[in-house]
Amino acid sequence: MIALIDYGVGNLFSLTSSFAAIGQEAVVTSDPEVIRAADRLILPGVGAFGDAAKKLRESGMAEVVKSEAASGKPVMGICLGMQLLFDKSCEYGEHEGLGLIRGEIRPISEVIDPDLKIPHIGWNALLFKKDSKLFKYIKEGDCVYFVHSYYAADCADSVTATAEYSAELTASVESGNVYGCQFHPEKSGDVGLNILRAFCEI
Amino acid sequence: MITKRIIPCLDVKNGRVVKGVNFEGLSDVASPVELAKYYSSCGADELVFYDITASAEGRALFTDILTQTAKSVFIPLTVGGGINTVADFDRVLKCGADKVSVNSGAIRNPDLVYEAAKLYGDQCVVISADVKRVDGVFRVFAKGGRENTGMEAISWIKRCVENGAGEVVLNSIDTDGVKGGFDLEMLDAVCQVVSVPVIASGGAGRIEDFITLFKTLPKVDAGLAASIFHFGEVKIADLKAAMAKNDIPTRL
Repeated sequence: MIALIDYGVGNLFSLTSSFAAIGQEAVVTSDPEVIRAADRLILPGVGAFGDAAKKLRESGMAEVVKSEAASGKPVMGICLGMQLLFDKSCEYGEHEGLGLIRGEIRPISEVIDPDLKIPHIGWNALLFKKDSKLFKYIKEGDCVYFVHSYYAADCADSVTATAEYSAELTASVESGNVYGCQFHPEKSGDVGLNILRAFCEI
Repeated sequence: MITKRIIPCLDVKNGRVVKGVNFEGLSDVASPVELAKYYSSCGADELVFYDITASAEGRALFTDILTQTAKSVFIPLTVGGGINTVADFDRVLKCGADKVSVNSGAIRNPDLVYEAAKLYGDQCVVISADVKRVDGVFRVFAKGGRENTGMEAISWIKRCVENGAGEVVLNSIDTDGVKGGFDLEMLDAVCQVVSVPVIASGGAGRIEDFITLFKTLPKVDAGLAASIFHFGEVKIADLKAAMAKNDIPTRL
């Protein structure tokens, strides 16, 4: 069973449906017992980093996710959920993340061509940087769906794929049993479902 | 490189797709769920569901269909039609919509875009504008293009984006249904003043119209159409192959 961590941020309908589509049971929960009993954790998230990090701490979910990750359980953050895995973010002031992956979250405006639109929204191709268990059923060049204005920086050790948007933006990361996707696998068609499928086999 | 999006639009009334469709291998051509699955499998990058139902019963049917679609189609889903309040946003987002498109609702209530963007984020709010030239000036039309609001369109769209709209669907009433190509002049005028994605709507009749659109106006992010896809006049797979051949970034 997969636990989708519920800390009051975002809509988990599509994620739940995606796991159902690949025949996996996923439960939306904030119950530490259920999370401990789960085989895998998904940390979702939309919105602003500071607000989400605060909700994650106040709900007690930050500690639960950290201790489960430390126990070796596969954890995957999606979109803002991926960003929350990092040490810190500078989105509207400096905010502390979970510190499960080294690096920090910075605005894409610092690195992209000023003529390009922000957010980076739409389908973009994955450029593989390193082998990842998440890529078991997909190939380099496959497109996935992004919506974000901030990106993970200073994390070369954990980057497994990037997407080209005048600069190479971090698309996915892996550090031990902790995984993250900046894009939305639940909105990325068959490629996205295949990434979730690979995660379920880790 | 970010790819140019191709977006079929489905008009839904009382739970059924309105415009007649004819596809091989599709058992129920008026089922929005079946059609959405079909388009997703053909390579559509996103779908727009437009609710043109007037009754409360029809509205309940629509949200039911939306839920079923979001359970089986895993590409972004934008919902429009009858969005007048933040409660309407809430209703469709809970059923699996990713973005919500507002049109007349934003004309009636200028604060709607701002309020919704604050609650759900800019990326969630799409401003859909029906625009027509009147005495050489672009004007915003309401009520499905029947009523001239008198507002100058370009500044109105710019204001909506400043209020938090994360995307613009520009539907040219002048070219809509003519099948002679997108309204490049009108689209260019909008692209000049906004920095969010612009989706072209109205006028596509053949594959070449999309090629011309993306080649002439690189700032346009997506092309939207309805009947030419529904009637199979333009097949999405062929369209995307032609885009790729013309060096337009495309998700194949």
